[in-house]
Amino acid sequence: MLVIKDVYKTFHPGTINEKVALNGINMVLEDGDFVTVIGGNGAGKSTLLNMIAGVHTPDTGQILLDGIDITNLAEYKRAKYLGRVFQDPMMGTAADMWIEENLALAARRGQPRTLRWAITKKEREEFREILKPLGLGLENRLSTKVGLLSGGQRQALTLLMAAMRSPKLLLLDEHTAALDPKTAATVLQLSDKFVEEGHLTAMMVTHNMKDAIAHGNRLIMMHEGQVILDIRGEEKKKLTVEELLEEFSKASGSEFANDRALLNK
Amino acid sequence: MASLPGAAAQGMIWGIMAIGVYITYKILDVADLTVDGSFGTGGAVMVVCMTRGMNIGVSMLLAFLAGCAAGLLTGIFHTKFGIPAILSGILTQLALYSINLRIMRGAANMPLLAMKYNLLISQRKIPQAILVTGIFSVVLIAVLYWFFGTELGHSLRATGCNQAMARTNGIHTENNKILGLIISNGIVAMSGSLLTQYQGFADISMGRGAIVIGLAAVIIGEVLFGKIFKNFALRLLSIVFGGVIYYAVITLVLSFGLETNDMKLFSALVVAVFLGIPYWKKQLQQKGRGRKGGTENAGN
Repeated sequence: MLVIKDVYKTFHPGTINEKVALNGINMVLEDGDFVTVIGGNGAGKSTLLNMIAGVHTPDTGQILLDGIDITNLAEYKRAKYLGRVFQDPMMGTAADMWIEENLALAARRGQPRTLRWAITKKEREEFREILKPLGLGLENRLSTKVGLLSGGQRQALTLLMAAMRSPKLLLLDEHTAALDPKTAATVLQLSDKFVEEGHLTAMMVTHNMKDAIAHGNRLIMMHEGQVILDIRGEEKKKLTVEELLEEFSKASGSEFANDRALLNK
Repeated sequence: MASLPGAAAQGMIWGIMAIGVYITYKILDVADLTVDGSFGTGGAVMVVCMTRGMNIGVSMLLAFLAGCAAGLLTGIFHTKFGIPAILSGILTQLALYSINLRIMRGAANMPLLAMKYNLLISQRKIPQAILVTGIFSVVLIAVLYWFFGTELGHSLRATGCNQAMARTNGIHTENNKILGLIISNGIVAMSGSLLTQYQGFADISMGRGAIVIGLAAVIIGEVLFGKIFKNFALRLLSIVFGGVIYYAVITLVLSFGLETNDMKLFSALVVAVFLGIPYWKKQLQQKGRGRKGGTENAGN
Protein backbone atom coordinates (compact mmCIF):
# COMPACT_ATOMS: atom_id res chain seq x y z
CA MET A 1 0.00 0.00 0.00
CA LEU A 2 1.30 3.42 -0.97
CA VAL A 3 0.36 6.40 1.18
CA ILE A 4 1.19 9.94 0.10
CA LYS A 5 0.55 12.54 2.78
CA ASP A 6 0.47 16.30 2.20
CA VAL A 7 3.29 16.35 -0.30
CA TYR A 8 4.43 19.75 -1.58
CA LYS A 9 7.24 20.49 -3.98
CA THR A 10 8.40 23.78 -5.43
CA PHE A 11 11.26 23.95 -7.91
CA HIS A 12 13.67 26.91 -7.89
CA PRO A 13 11.94 28.63 -4.93
CA GLY A 14 12.57 32.34 -4.63
CA THR A 15 13.66 32.79 -8.24
CA ILE A 16 11.81 33.97 -11.32
CA ASN A 17 11.70 30.33 -12.41
CA GLU A 18 9.79 29.33 -9.30
CA LYS A 19 7.39 26.53 -10.15
CA VAL A 20 4.98 24.85 -7.79
CA ALA A 21 5.04 21.28 -9.05
CA LEU A 22 3.07 19.51 -6.33
CA ASN A 23 0.58 21.47 -4.30
CA GLY A 24 -0.66 19.25 -1.50
CA ILE A 25 -0.97 15.69 -2.77
CA ASN A 26 -2.84 13.16 -0.66
CA MET A 27 -3.33 9.72 -2.07
CA VAL A 28 -3.69 6.11 -0.98
CA LEU A 29 -2.98 3.27 -3.37
CA GLU A 30 -4.42 -0.05 -2.19
CA ASP A 31 -2.59 -3.29 -2.93
CA GLY A 32 -3.49 -4.40 -6.43
CA ASP A 33 -4.56 -0.96 -7.56
CA PHE A 34 -3.55 -0.10 -11.12
CA VAL A 35 -3.98 3.62 -11.33
CA THR A 36 -3.58 5.67 -14.48
CA VAL A 37 -2.54 9.29 -14.03
CA ILE A 38 -3.54 11.87 -16.59
CA GLY A 39 -3.18 15.62 -16.90
CA GLY A 40 -1.78 18.37 -19.05
CA ASN A 41 1.81 19.50 -19.32
CA GLY A 42 3.16 20.75 -16.01
CA ALA A 43 0.33 19.16 -14.04
CA GLY A 44 2.87 17.41 -11.82
CA LYS A 45 2.41 13.81 -12.99
CA SER A 46 6.06 13.09 -13.65
CA THR A 47 7.18 15.00 -10.58
CA LEU A 48 4.88 12.82 -8.49
CA LEU A 49 6.29 9.64 -10.03
CA ASN A 50 9.87 10.84 -9.67
CA MET A 51 9.18 11.70 -6.06
CA ILE A 52 7.98 8.19 -5.36
CA ALA A 53 11.06 6.85 -7.18
CA GLY A 54 13.42 9.06 -5.18
CA VAL A 55 14.69 11.35 -7.93
CA HIS A 56 13.21 14.35 -6.08
CA THR A 57 12.50 14.72 -2.39
CA PRO A 58 9.38 16.55 -1.21
CA ASP A 59 9.64 19.95 0.50
CA THR A 60 7.13 18.76 3.06
CA GLY A 61 4.98 15.70 3.45
CA GLN A 62 5.53 11.98 3.69
CA ILE A 63 5.56 8.95 1.42
CA LEU A 64 4.97 5.51 2.93
CA LEU A 65 5.24 2.23 1.09
CA ASP A 66 3.84 -0.75 2.98
CA GLY A 67 4.37 1.22 6.17
CA ILE A 68 8.00 2.02 5.39
CA ASP A 69 8.82 5.72 5.32
CA ILE A 70 10.63 6.22 2.01
CA THR A 71 10.31 10.03 1.91
CA ASN A 72 14.05 10.65 2.16
CA LEU A 73 15.39 7.22 1.27
CA ALA A 74 18.11 7.29 -1.42
CA GLU A 75 16.99 6.33 -4.90
CA TYR A 76 19.18 3.23 -5.09
CA LYS A 77 18.00 2.06 -1.68
CA ARG A 78 14.29 2.28 -2.39
CA ALA A 79 14.86 0.63 -5.76
CA LYS A 80 14.36 -2.76 -4.13
CA TYR A 81 10.70 -1.93 -3.53
CA LEU A 82 10.08 -0.45 -6.96
CA GLY A 83 9.97 -1.32 -10.63
CA ARG A 84 10.33 1.55 -13.02
CA VAL A 85 9.96 2.16 -16.75
CA PHE A 86 10.94 5.51 -18.24
CA GLN A 87 9.51 7.43 -21.15
CA ASP A 88 12.83 7.24 -23.00
CA PRO A 89 13.40 3.63 -24.12
CA MET A 90 17.16 4.25 -23.87
CA MET A 91 17.00 4.99 -20.16
CA GLY A 92 15.83 1.72 -18.66
CA THR A 93 18.57 -0.55 -19.93
CA ALA A 94 22.37 -0.54 -20.22
CA ALA A 95 23.04 -0.31 -23.97
CA ASP A 96 26.58 -1.68 -23.92
CA MET A 97 25.60 -4.76 -21.95
CA TRP A 98 23.97 -7.95 -23.16
CA ILE A 99 20.31 -8.82 -22.72
CA GLU A 100 21.14 -11.48 -20.14
CA GLU A 101 23.47 -9.10 -18.31
CA ASN A 102 20.72 -6.51 -18.07
CA LEU A 103 18.30 -9.11 -16.77
CA ALA A 104 20.85 -10.32 -14.23
CA LEU A 105 21.32 -6.76 -12.98
CA ALA A 106 17.57 -6.44 -12.48
CA ALA A 107 17.37 -9.87 -10.87
CA ARG A 108 19.70 -8.64 -8.12
CA ARG A 109 17.77 -5.45 -7.41
CA GLY A 110 17.85 -4.86 -3.67
CA GLN A 111 20.60 -7.38 -3.02
CA PRO A 112 24.22 -6.57 -2.21
CA ARG A 113 26.51 -6.95 -5.23
CA THR A 114 29.05 -9.58 -4.27
CA LEU A 115 32.03 -11.22 -5.93
CA ARG A 116 29.89 -14.17 -7.02
CA TRP A 117 29.59 -14.81 -10.75
CA ALA A 118 27.07 -12.35 -12.17
CA ILE A 119 24.92 -14.87 -14.07
CA THR A 120 24.37 -18.50 -13.19
CA LYS A 121 23.48 -21.22 -15.68
CA LYS A 122 20.15 -21.73 -13.96
CA GLU A 123 19.35 -18.05 -14.34
CA ARG A 124 20.16 -18.14 -18.01
CA GLU A 125 17.49 -20.81 -18.48
CA GLU A 126 15.03 -18.77 -16.42
CA PHE A 127 15.73 -15.70 -18.52
CA ARG A 128 14.99 -17.66 -21.67
CA GLU A 129 11.66 -18.76 -20.19
CA ILE A 130 10.55 -15.30 -19.11
CA LEU A 131 11.61 -13.73 -22.42
CA LYS A 132 9.54 -16.14 -24.50
CA PRO A 133 6.12 -14.67 -23.62
CA LEU A 134 7.25 -11.27 -24.93
CA GLY A 135 7.02 -12.83 -28.38
CA LEU A 136 10.00 -10.84 -29.66
CA GLY A 137 12.43 -13.72 -30.10
CA LEU A 138 14.77 -12.20 -27.50
CA GLU A 139 15.12 -15.61 -25.81
CA ASN A 140 17.46 -16.60 -28.63
CA ARG A 141 19.54 -13.43 -28.37
CA LEU A 142 20.67 -13.50 -24.74
CA SER A 143 24.16 -12.36 -25.66
CA THR A 144 23.08 -9.50 -27.91
CA LYS A 145 23.95 -5.98 -26.82
CA VAL A 146 20.77 -4.19 -25.76
CA GLY A 147 21.91 -1.17 -27.77
CA LEU A 148 21.18 -3.14 -30.93
CA LEU A 149 17.50 -3.59 -30.08
CA SER A 150 14.69 -1.35 -31.30
CA GLY A 151 13.01 1.12 -28.96
CA GLY A 152 10.00 -1.13 -28.56
CA GLN A 153 12.13 -4.18 -27.81
CA ARG A 154 14.12 -2.22 -25.26
CA GLN A 155 10.96 -0.94 -23.61
CA ALA A 156 9.51 -4.45 -23.41
CA LEU A 157 12.77 -5.64 -21.86
CA THR A 158 12.76 -2.75 -19.37
CA LEU A 159 9.18 -3.62 -18.44
CA LEU A 160 10.17 -7.23 -17.86
CA MET A 161 13.12 -6.11 -15.73
CA ALA A 162 10.91 -3.73 -13.74
CA ALA A 163 8.34 -6.45 -13.04
CA MET A 164 11.00 -8.94 -11.93
CA ARG A 165 11.28 -9.67 -8.22
CA SER A 166 7.65 -8.57 -7.69
CA PRO A 167 8.10 -4.89 -6.77
CA LYS A 168 5.75 -3.40 -4.20
CA LEU A 169 4.96 -0.74 -6.79
CA LEU A 170 5.44 -0.55 -10.55
CA LEU A 171 5.98 2.97 -11.90
CA LEU A 172 5.32 3.55 -15.59
CA ASP A 173 6.22 7.06 -16.74
CA GLU A 174 4.62 7.63 -20.16
CA HIS A 175 6.44 4.48 -21.12
CA THR A 176 4.75 4.16 -24.50
CA ALA A 177 4.90 7.83 -25.54
CA ALA A 178 8.06 7.40 -27.60
CA LEU A 179 6.87 4.29 -29.45
CA ASP A 180 4.93 3.91 -32.67
CA PRO A 181 1.21 3.12 -32.12
CA LYS A 182 1.50 -0.60 -32.84
CA THR A 183 4.51 -1.14 -30.58
CA ALA A 184 2.88 1.06 -27.94
CA ALA A 185 -0.17 -1.20 -27.97
CA THR A 186 2.01 -4.30 -27.54
CA VAL A 187 3.91 -2.77 -24.62
CA LEU A 188 0.65 -1.66 -22.98
CA GLN A 189 -0.75 -5.16 -23.36
CA LEU A 190 2.39 -6.55 -21.72
CA SER A 191 2.04 -4.03 -18.89
CA ASP A 192 -1.51 -5.25 -18.23
CA LYS A 193 -0.32 -8.84 -18.32
CA PHE A 194 2.57 -8.33 -15.88
CA VAL A 195 0.39 -6.37 -13.46
CA GLU A 196 -2.31 -9.02 -13.55
CA GLU A 197 -0.09 -12.08 -13.36
CA GLY A 198 2.21 -10.63 -10.73
CA HIS A 199 -0.69 -9.09 -8.73
CA LEU A 200 1.29 -5.87 -8.80
CA THR A 201 0.30 -2.41 -7.65
CA ALA A 202 0.99 -0.01 -10.47
CA MET A 203 0.92 3.65 -11.39
CA MET A 204 0.94 4.66 -15.04
CA VAL A 205 1.37 8.23 -16.22
CA THR A 206 -0.01 8.82 -19.69
CA HIS A 207 -0.98 11.60 -22.05
CA ASN A 208 -3.41 9.38 -23.84
CA MET A 209 -6.94 9.58 -22.42
CA LYS A 210 -8.11 6.46 -24.19
CA ASP A 211 -5.28 4.46 -22.65
CA ALA A 212 -5.97 6.01 -19.26
CA ILE A 213 -9.56 4.80 -19.47
CA ALA A 214 -8.86 1.39 -20.99
CA HIS A 215 -6.18 0.34 -18.51
CA GLY A 216 -6.19 -0.09 -14.77
CA ASN A 217 -8.97 0.04 -12.20
CA ARG A 218 -8.57 3.65 -11.17
CA LEU A 219 -7.98 6.97 -12.88
CA ILE A 220 -6.50 10.09 -11.39
CA MET A 221 -6.42 13.45 -13.11
CA MET A 222 -3.94 16.07 -12.02
CA HIS A 223 -3.93 19.80 -12.61
CA GLU A 224 -1.50 22.41 -11.30
CA GLY A 225 0.05 20.07 -8.78
CA GLN A 226 -3.22 18.79 -7.36
CA VAL A 227 -5.42 15.75 -7.80
CA ILE A 228 -8.66 17.04 -9.28
CA LEU A 229 -10.33 13.75 -10.17
CA ASP A 230 -10.19 10.25 -8.71
CA ILE A 231 -12.45 7.75 -10.42
CA ARG A 232 -12.46 4.03 -9.73
CA GLY A 233 -14.26 0.73 -10.16
CA GLU A 234 -17.52 0.56 -12.11
CA GLU A 235 -17.60 4.29 -12.56
CA LYS A 236 -14.26 4.20 -14.35
CA LYS A 237 -15.31 1.36 -16.63
CA LYS A 238 -18.16 3.46 -17.99
CA LEU A 239 -16.03 6.55 -18.48
CA THR A 240 -15.69 8.12 -21.93
CA VAL A 241 -13.17 10.60 -23.26
CA GLU A 242 -15.91 13.22 -23.61
CA GLU A 243 -16.94 12.82 -19.99
CA LEU A 244 -13.35 13.06 -18.94
CA LEU A 245 -12.94 16.33 -20.81
CA GLU A 246 -16.09 17.67 -19.27
CA GLU A 247 -15.04 16.60 -15.80
CA PHE A 248 -11.77 18.34 -16.34
CA SER A 249 -13.34 21.65 -17.30
CA LYS A 250 -15.66 21.41 -14.31
CA ALA A 251 -12.95 20.54 -11.82
CA SER A 252 -10.30 22.89 -13.05
CA GLY A 253 -12.57 25.69 -14.12
CA SER A 254 -10.68 26.09 -17.34
CA GLU A 255 -10.86 24.85 -20.88
CA PHE A 256 -8.99 21.65 -21.66
CA ALA A 257 -9.03 22.39 -25.35
CA ASN A 258 -5.59 23.92 -25.57
CA ASP A 259 -3.92 21.01 -23.86
CA ARG A 260 -1.77 18.30 -25.30
CA ALA A 261 -3.97 15.69 -23.65
CA LEU A 262 -6.76 16.59 -26.04
CA LEU A 263 -4.63 15.83 -29.05
CA ASN A 264 -4.25 12.26 -27.94
CA LYS A 265 -7.86 11.28 -27.53
CA MET B 1 66.08 -0.95 -34.64
CA ALA B 2 68.28 -2.17 -31.82
CA SER B 3 66.11 -0.25 -29.39
CA LEU B 4 62.89 -1.97 -30.40
CA PRO B 5 63.02 -4.80 -27.78
CA GLY B 6 63.44 -2.16 -25.11
CA ALA B 7 60.49 -0.29 -26.59
CA ALA B 8 58.44 -3.48 -26.35
CA ALA B 9 59.20 -3.88 -22.65
CA GLN B 10 58.50 -0.24 -21.91
CA GLY B 11 55.41 -0.28 -24.09
CA MET B 12 54.05 -3.22 -22.15
CA ILE B 13 54.57 -1.40 -18.85
CA TRP B 14 52.67 1.60 -20.22
CA GLY B 15 50.11 -0.84 -21.58
CA ILE B 16 49.45 -2.06 -18.04
CA MET B 17 48.95 1.56 -17.05
CA ALA B 18 46.60 1.99 -19.98
CA ILE B 19 44.44 -0.84 -18.63
CA GLY B 20 43.95 1.35 -15.58
CA VAL B 21 42.97 4.24 -17.85
CA TYR B 22 40.57 1.96 -19.73
CA ILE B 23 38.70 1.16 -16.51
CA THR B 24 37.89 4.80 -15.87
CA TYR B 25 37.72 6.15 -19.41
CA LYS B 26 35.83 3.34 -21.11
CA ILE B 27 34.07 1.34 -18.40
CA LEU B 28 33.18 4.11 -15.93
CA ASP B 29 32.92 6.82 -18.60
CA VAL B 30 35.02 9.20 -16.51
CA ALA B 31 38.16 10.96 -17.77
CA ASP B 32 40.45 10.62 -14.77
CA LEU B 33 43.56 12.81 -14.77
CA THR B 34 44.73 11.48 -11.39
CA VAL B 35 46.92 9.02 -13.27
CA ASP B 36 49.53 11.66 -14.15
CA GLY B 37 50.22 11.88 -10.43
CA SER B 38 49.50 8.36 -9.22
CA PHE B 39 51.90 6.83 -11.76
CA GLY B 40 54.73 8.76 -10.10
CA THR B 41 53.38 7.88 -6.65
CA GLY B 42 53.82 4.23 -7.53
CA GLY B 43 57.40 4.88 -8.59
CA ALA B 44 58.22 6.97 -5.52
CA VAL B 45 56.80 4.44 -3.08
CA MET B 46 58.68 1.67 -4.88
CA VAL B 47 62.07 3.35 -4.57
CA VAL B 48 61.61 4.38 -0.96
CA CYS B 49 60.39 0.95 0.15
CA MET B 50 63.20 -0.89 -1.63
CA THR B 51 65.92 1.43 -0.35
CA ARG B 52 64.53 0.94 3.13
CA GLY B 53 65.17 -2.76 2.71
CA MET B 54 61.66 -4.01 2.06
CA ASN B 55 60.88 -7.09 0.06
CA ILE B 56 60.04 -6.46 -3.59
CA GLY B 57 56.55 -7.98 -3.31
CA VAL B 58 55.71 -5.83 -0.30
CA SER B 59 57.11 -2.75 -2.04
CA MET B 60 54.96 -3.30 -5.11
CA LEU B 61 51.90 -3.98 -2.99
CA LEU B 62 52.47 -0.73 -1.10
CA ALA B 63 52.90 1.10 -4.43
CA PHE B 64 49.57 -0.38 -5.56
CA LEU B 65 47.85 0.67 -2.34
CA ALA B 66 49.27 4.21 -2.56
CA GLY B 67 47.71 4.47 -6.01
CA CYS B 68 44.41 3.17 -4.60
CA ALA B 69 44.51 5.93 -1.98
CA ALA B 70 44.99 8.54 -4.72
CA GLY B 71 41.97 7.13 -6.58
CA LEU B 72 39.96 7.21 -3.36
CA LEU B 73 40.77 10.90 -2.93
CA THR B 74 39.64 11.72 -6.46
CA GLY B 75 36.50 9.65 -5.90
CA ILE B 76 35.69 11.56 -2.74
CA PHE B 77 36.27 14.91 -4.47
CA HIS B 78 33.97 13.82 -7.26
CA THR B 79 31.10 12.18 -5.35
CA LYS B 80 31.16 13.82 -1.92
CA PHE B 81 32.31 17.34 -2.91
CA GLY B 82 30.32 17.32 -6.15
CA ILE B 83 33.36 18.40 -8.18
CA PRO B 84 33.32 17.36 -11.85
CA ALA B 85 35.42 14.25 -12.47
CA ILE B 86 38.07 15.94 -14.60
CA LEU B 87 38.64 18.71 -12.08
CA SER B 88 38.71 16.19 -9.20
CA GLY B 89 41.49 14.34 -11.00
CA ILE B 90 43.42 17.55 -11.62
CA LEU B 91 43.17 18.48 -7.94
CA THR B 92 44.50 15.11 -6.81
CA GLN B 93 47.19 15.22 -9.45
CA LEU B 94 48.36 18.60 -8.15
CA ALA B 95 48.28 17.41 -4.55
CA LEU B 96 50.25 14.33 -5.53
CA TYR B 97 53.11 16.48 -6.81
CA SER B 98 53.77 17.59 -3.22
CA ILE B 99 53.05 14.15 -1.83
CA ASN B 100 55.40 12.42 -4.27
CA LEU B 101 58.15 14.86 -3.33
CA ARG B 102 57.45 14.13 0.34
CA ILE B 103 57.68 10.40 -0.28
CA MET B 104 61.05 10.91 -1.96
CA ARG B 105 62.11 13.19 0.89
CA GLY B 106 62.32 16.27 -1.28
CA ALA B 107 64.36 14.71 -4.08
CA ALA B 108 63.04 15.14 -7.62
CA ASN B 109 64.81 11.98 -8.65
CA MET B 110 65.80 8.84 -6.74
CA PRO B 111 67.88 5.97 -8.11
CA LEU B 112 67.02 2.30 -7.73
CA LEU B 113 70.03 0.42 -8.92
CA ALA B 114 69.52 -3.01 -10.41
CA MET B 115 72.89 -4.25 -9.18
CA LYS B 116 72.13 -3.33 -5.59
CA TYR B 117 68.58 -4.61 -5.33
CA ASN B 118 66.82 -7.76 -6.35
CA LEU B 119 64.44 -6.26 -8.93
CA LEU B 120 61.86 -8.07 -11.03
CA ILE B 121 62.81 -6.28 -14.23
CA SER B 122 65.58 -4.04 -15.49
CA GLN B 123 66.60 -2.55 -18.81
CA ARG B 124 69.90 -4.35 -18.34
CA LYS B 125 68.08 -7.63 -19.01
CA ILE B 126 65.50 -6.80 -21.65
CA PRO B 127 64.35 -10.33 -22.61
CA GLN B 128 63.66 -11.08 -18.95
CA ALA B 129 61.88 -7.73 -18.62
CA ILE B 130 59.63 -8.56 -21.57
CA LEU B 131 58.83 -12.01 -20.18
CA VAL B 132 58.07 -10.82 -16.64
CA THR B 133 55.99 -7.86 -17.82
CA GLY B 134 54.14 -10.17 -20.19
CA ILE B 135 53.28 -12.58 -17.37
CA PHE B 136 52.26 -9.60 -15.27
CA SER B 137 49.90 -8.38 -17.99
CA VAL B 138 48.30 -11.80 -18.43
CA VAL B 139 47.72 -12.25 -14.70
CA LEU B 140 46.27 -8.74 -14.39
CA ILE B 141 43.96 -9.35 -17.35
CA ALA B 142 42.82 -12.66 -15.86
CA VAL B 143 42.01 -11.00 -12.53
CA LEU B 144 40.09 -8.15 -14.22
CA TYR B 145 38.26 -10.61 -16.46
CA TRP B 146 37.10 -12.43 -13.37
CA PHE B 147 36.21 -9.22 -11.51
CA PHE B 148 34.14 -7.70 -14.29
CA GLY B 149 32.27 -10.98 -14.58
CA THR B 150 31.10 -10.82 -10.97
CA GLU B 151 27.94 -9.14 -9.67
CA LEU B 152 30.01 -6.23 -8.40
CA GLY B 153 31.89 -5.94 -11.69
CA HIS B 154 28.62 -5.94 -13.62
CA SER B 155 27.24 -3.20 -11.39
CA LEU B 156 30.35 -1.15 -12.16
CA ARG B 157 29.84 -1.58 -15.88
CA ALA B 158 26.17 -0.59 -15.54
CA THR B 159 27.20 2.52 -13.60
CA GLY B 160 29.44 3.63 -16.45
CA CYS B 161 26.89 2.74 -19.10
CA ASN B 162 23.67 4.21 -17.68
CA GLN B 163 23.50 5.74 -14.23
CA ALA B 164 19.73 6.14 -14.16
CA MET B 165 19.32 2.46 -15.03
CA ALA B 166 21.90 1.46 -12.43
CA ARG B 167 20.17 3.36 -9.64
CA THR B 168 16.78 2.05 -10.69
CA ASN B 169 18.20 -1.41 -10.21
CA GLY B 170 19.46 -0.63 -6.74
CA ILE B 171 23.10 0.08 -7.57
CA HIS B 172 24.98 2.63 -5.48
CA THR B 173 26.50 4.53 -8.40
CA GLU B 174 28.64 6.89 -6.31
CA ASN B 175 30.37 4.11 -4.40
CA ASN B 176 30.94 2.29 -7.66
CA LYS B 177 32.63 5.32 -9.19
CA ILE B 178 34.91 5.55 -6.16
CA LEU B 179 35.68 1.83 -6.40
CA GLY B 180 36.50 2.13 -10.10
CA LEU B 181 38.84 5.07 -9.47
CA ILE B 182 40.55 3.12 -6.68
CA ILE B 183 41.15 0.04 -8.83
CA SER B 184 42.26 2.11 -11.80
CA ASN B 185 44.80 4.18 -9.92
CA GLY B 186 46.08 1.13 -8.05
CA ILE B 187 46.91 -0.46 -11.40
CA VAL B 188 48.46 2.78 -12.67
CA ALA B 189 50.69 3.06 -9.59
CA MET B 190 51.72 -0.58 -9.91
CA SER B 191 52.72 0.12 -13.49
CA GLY B 192 54.71 3.11 -12.21
CA SER B 193 56.54 0.80 -9.82
CA LEU B 194 57.40 -1.46 -12.77
CA LEU B 195 58.75 1.42 -14.86
CA THR B 196 60.84 2.57 -11.91
CA GLN B 197 62.44 -0.87 -11.69
CA TYR B 198 62.95 -0.99 -15.44
CA GLN B 199 64.61 2.41 -15.79
CA GLY B 200 66.37 2.24 -12.44
CA PHE B 201 65.00 5.41 -10.90
CA ALA B 202 61.86 7.27 -9.90
CA ASP B 203 61.30 10.80 -11.10
CA ILE B 204 58.88 13.50 -10.00
CA SER B 205 57.79 14.07 -13.60
CA MET B 206 57.67 10.43 -14.74
CA GLY B 207 53.87 10.44 -14.85
CA ARG B 208 53.51 13.63 -16.86
CA GLY B 209 51.35 12.88 -19.87
CA ALA B 210 50.51 9.38 -18.62
CA ILE B 211 46.83 9.94 -19.37
CA VAL B 212 47.67 10.75 -23.00
CA ILE B 213 49.85 7.66 -23.38
CA GLY B 214 47.09 5.61 -21.76
CA LEU B 215 44.47 6.97 -24.15
CA ALA B 216 46.81 6.39 -27.08
CA ALA B 217 47.26 2.75 -26.10
CA VAL B 218 43.50 2.29 -25.62
CA ILE B 219 42.69 3.88 -28.97
CA ILE B 220 45.44 2.10 -30.94
CA GLY B 221 44.31 -1.20 -29.42
CA GLU B 222 40.72 -0.49 -30.34
CA VAL B 223 41.41 0.69 -33.88
CA LEU B 224 43.76 -2.15 -34.77
CA PHE B 225 42.17 -5.07 -32.91
CA GLY B 226 38.61 -3.92 -32.25
CA LYS B 227 37.20 -5.91 -35.15
CA ILE B 228 38.78 -9.23 -34.15
CA PHE B 229 39.00 -8.95 -30.34
CA LYS B 230 35.43 -8.93 -29.04
CA ASN B 231 35.93 -10.78 -25.78
CA PHE B 232 36.63 -8.60 -22.74
CA ALA B 233 39.95 -10.28 -21.90
CA LEU B 234 41.11 -9.92 -25.49
CA ARG B 235 40.11 -6.28 -25.51
CA LEU B 236 42.29 -5.71 -22.44
CA LEU B 237 45.08 -7.56 -24.20
CA SER B 238 44.69 -5.27 -27.21
CA ILE B 239 45.40 -2.31 -24.92
CA VAL B 240 48.72 -3.83 -23.89
CA PHE B 241 49.46 -4.36 -27.59
CA GLY B 242 48.41 -0.75 -28.13
CA GLY B 243 51.00 0.36 -25.58
CA VAL B 244 53.71 -1.69 -27.27
CA ILE B 245 52.83 -0.33 -30.72
CA TYR B 246 52.74 3.21 -29.39
CA TYR B 247 56.22 2.84 -27.97
CA ALA B 248 57.54 1.14 -31.07
CA VAL B 249 56.24 4.01 -33.22
CA ILE B 250 57.69 6.59 -30.85
CA THR B 251 61.06 4.84 -30.92
CA LEU B 252 61.00 4.75 -34.72
CA VAL B 253 59.97 8.38 -35.02
CA LEU B 254 62.77 9.39 -32.67
CA SER B 255 65.27 7.37 -34.68
CA PHE B 256 64.13 9.30 -37.77
CA GLY B 257 65.28 12.45 -36.06
CA LEU B 258 62.31 13.90 -34.18
CA GLU B 259 63.59 15.75 -31.17
CA THR B 260 62.82 14.18 -27.80
CA ASN B 261 61.60 17.53 -26.54
CA ASP B 262 58.90 17.63 -29.23
CA MET B 263 57.67 14.16 -28.31
CA LYS B 264 54.84 15.29 -26.05
CA LEU B 265 53.54 17.71 -28.68
CA PHE B 266 53.58 14.89 -31.21
CA SER B 267 51.77 12.51 -28.83
CA ALA B 268 49.13 15.07 -27.92
CA LEU B 269 48.35 15.82 -31.57
CA VAL B 270 48.18 12.15 -32.55
CA VAL B 271 45.81 11.33 -29.69
CA ALA B 272 43.67 14.40 -30.44
CA VAL B 273 43.27 13.28 -34.06
CA PHE B 274 42.37 9.72 -33.05
CA LEU B 275 39.86 10.96 -30.48
CA GLY B 276 38.36 13.16 -33.18
CA ILE B 277 37.86 10.40 -35.73
CA PRO B 278 34.71 8.82 -34.19
CA TYR B 279 33.21 12.32 -33.84
CA TRP B 280 33.90 13.23 -37.46
CA LYS B 281 32.52 9.90 -38.59
CA LYS B 282 29.28 10.61 -36.73
CA GLN B 283 29.04 14.09 -38.20
CA LEU B 284 29.47 12.74 -41.72
CA GLN B 285 26.82 10.09 -41.11
CA GLN B 286 24.39 12.69 -39.79
CA LYS B 287 24.98 14.88 -42.80
CA GLY B 288 24.29 11.87 -45.00
CA ARG B 289 21.09 11.11 -43.14
CA GLY B 290 19.97 14.72 -43.29
CA ARG B 291 20.26 14.73 -47.08
CA LYS B 292 18.40 11.43 -47.34
CA GLY B 293 15.65 12.68 -45.02
CA GLY B 294 15.33 15.80 -47.15
CA THR B 295 14.68 13.92 -50.36
CA GLU B 296 12.19 11.65 -48.62
CA ASN B 297 10.24 14.64 -47.41
CA ALA B 298 10.33 16.12 -50.85
CA GLY B 299 8.97 12.88 -52.23
CA ASN B 300 6.03 13.02 -49.85
